[in-house]
Amino acid sequence: MNSTLDIVCEVAAQVFGLPDGGITEDSSPDTVGEWDSTRQLFLVLALEERFGVQLAPEEIEKLTNIGEIANALERTLANAANRVS
Amino acid sequence: MVGLMTREELDRLFESRRSAEAFAALRRAWLETPDLSTALHVISKFERHRDAVTLTPQRVFIARTFAVEPLVPLLRAAAYTNGIDLMVQLGEFNAYAAEILDPQSALYRGNPQIVILATNTASIAPALWEPANLSEQAMRDEGDAAFTHLHSLITAFRKHSEASLIVHSLDQPDTTPLGVRESSTFGQRKAIASVNERMSSAASSHRGVYVLDYDALVARHGRRAWWDALKWERYRVPATAANLRHLADAWLRFIHPLSGVVAKVAAVDLDNTLWGGIVGEDGFAGIRMGSELAGTPYRSLQRALLALRERGIILAICSKNNETDAMEVLQRHPDMLLRPEHFAAIRINWESKSENLRALAAQLNVGLDAVAFIDDNPVECAEVQAALPEIRIIQLPGEPVHFAQTILDFPPFERLEVSSEDAARTQYYREQQLRDELLSTVTSKEAFLVSLKQEAEIASVSPVTLARTAQLTQKTNQFNLTTRRYSQEHIARFVDDVSYTIRTIRVKDRFGDNGIVGVAITRDDGDACEIDTFLLSCRVIGRGIETALVAQLADEARARGASRLIGTFIQTPKNAPAQNFYEDHGFTCIARDTASSTWEFPLDRTIDIPQWVTVTSLGSFTA
Repeated sequence: MNSTLDIVCEVAAQVFGLPDGGITEDSSPDTVGEWDSTRQLFLVLALEERFGVQLAPEEIEKLTNIGEIANALERTLANAANRVS
Repeated sequence: MVGLMTREELDRLFESRRSAEAFAALRRAWLETPDLSTALHVISKFERHRDAVTLTPQRVFIARTFAVEPLVPLLRAAAYTNGIDLMVQLGEFNAYAAEILDPQSALYRGNPQIVILATNTASIAPALWEPANLSEQAMRDEGDAAFTHLHSLITAFRKHSEASLIVHSLDQPDTTPLGVRESSTFGQRKAIASVNERMSSAASSHRGVYVLDYDALVARHGRRAWWDALKWERYRVPATAANLRHLADAWLRFIHPLSGVVAKVAAVDLDNTLWGGIVGEDGFAGIRMGSELAGTPYRSLQRALLALRERGIILAICSKNNETDAMEVLQRHPDMLLRPEHFAAIRINWESKSENLRALAAQLNVGLDAVAFIDDNPVECAEVQAALPEIRIIQLPGEPVHFAQTILDFPPFERLEVSSEDAARTQYYREQQLRDELLSTVTSKEAFLVSLKQEAEIASVSPVTLARTAQLTQKTNQFNLTTRRYSQEHIARFVDDVSYTIRTIRVKDRFGDNGIVGVAITRDDGDACEIDTFLLSCRVIGRGIETALVAQLADEARARGASRLIGTFIQTPKNAPAQNFYEDHGFTCIARDTASSTWEFPLDRTIDIPQWVTVTSLGSFTA
């Protein structure tokens, strides 16, 4: 079973056109040359589709690296699960 | 996850020249997970190995009022995996009006073949989306203003470009301030509907302008689930990530027929596809395709296939079955909508499906990439995919109620115009079988051609034949000397230009009317008459028809005062059947490079028409 972080890394590698393993928890716009604002939007949309959630723009704009993106997704998923139960 | 293969494995396949396999693997990856990250991956692989695959190039310009950037990878990946190399140029954000109105804009400078005006009501007609004034008069005025704006764009575009134009209809909001009173007043909803109605009739009065029913698209996927309002506000993303793909698909349904990348044959399985159950096990009385609950999905599928046939798509059967059992169902089962005469070719036996599909394509004289194979069984689909990677495969979903929808949603089955030749196509192929039988009974090819009693009718293009003429330039791959693709608008412009001459050729013989099967376009330039386009449907190749047509071109050029007929052959992966045409007709090669050659015929000579073709010319062609 892949963790949220593993999936985020895998999707991000595809979005930024990097080899498998090219993205880690600490990857950020400062360490990934391909990470511009368009690609950031692509990454968010790709993750929203993969996880079936929507992230709020205010939240998206606070995210500065891959680890924070994975945490934000987990929070959103947990909130969705709480609303259901 | 990249389908069944890692990226490194894919690169190795491409690099070891197994590009067909790599292409198939990419297509599979895309079909399994058609999302944004897969799309970006698919595109990067294609760009890296572009030279290894042959695709039809197409230039698209997208003028827009919203962020289409995330849509572009989805569009291009879907197009790539279906055989189109889509080169996309984006307009500046919200600069669509200036781009369309200014003939010097980047839009026209890029010379696109297709232009999409990507809009929604919220951005192109905000006064209809969130009205400040809900009075009937205000709504009528805003509707008029929105229509006038769109109509002026369409008219300006048509003046400045020969490209095809796709415009979006206006989508309805999910809720409106008037609530239930919408039904009894002329409010927001009626104003939007009225703009759409007027747009649709304005588009149909211009050639090559098409309305994409954006409202129906949004409705189909659910208005409330269609977009993420916060992301619209902040980033102008017009739909959720999952719905962006549906918009890309909606565009592709126009792009496929416009670029001529279409499936011409639907080859369909029988058991659990055309009917529920297995005739060999369940028996004649045990299979289902009628109005009973378990039969209706199959009945709908049969209806969908009949609809494809009306569009000119040839139906064929490819089934592993006992032929006697299956034919008895086709001929006599009371619930069958499809009968043997609806199919141009039938292969029911125990050979592999790939063998049968190869034979079907040869019998129908079409390329393998023109065949779409429809089957419920993943094992059969995988066998065909592995043996014949060029074939388009439609693997039906697990639930039969979705079968018909899957077929009707397939972009290569879309057609923008349906000519009378299209609706009669299966008939043409049945007549072809009779010709083939005759050929096998006569002693020589010449005796066969004489006994055909062919009559060729050469005419200039008319409003009635315009659509068919453009369609032949878009679809003909094999006997096509220059493979120049023209829209109806292009052809109409040639008609208006006195230096151009367009001829169509219609062929009748003792077995029936083949309809319009060839097109020639020439351009006069001083003492030379240049052949711009010369093509013939594969149904009539090798019967002297091409000779009759080129002889007519020579006679007419001479009568207009030309002294030379100049022809060009532009090689493609598919037009080998036409490569010796000029040489065989007495032309001399005057220039040649790797992919093309230029040929000349002095008009003090004539070209003899074979005695087995009778030619009539309609109308007076010479001044």
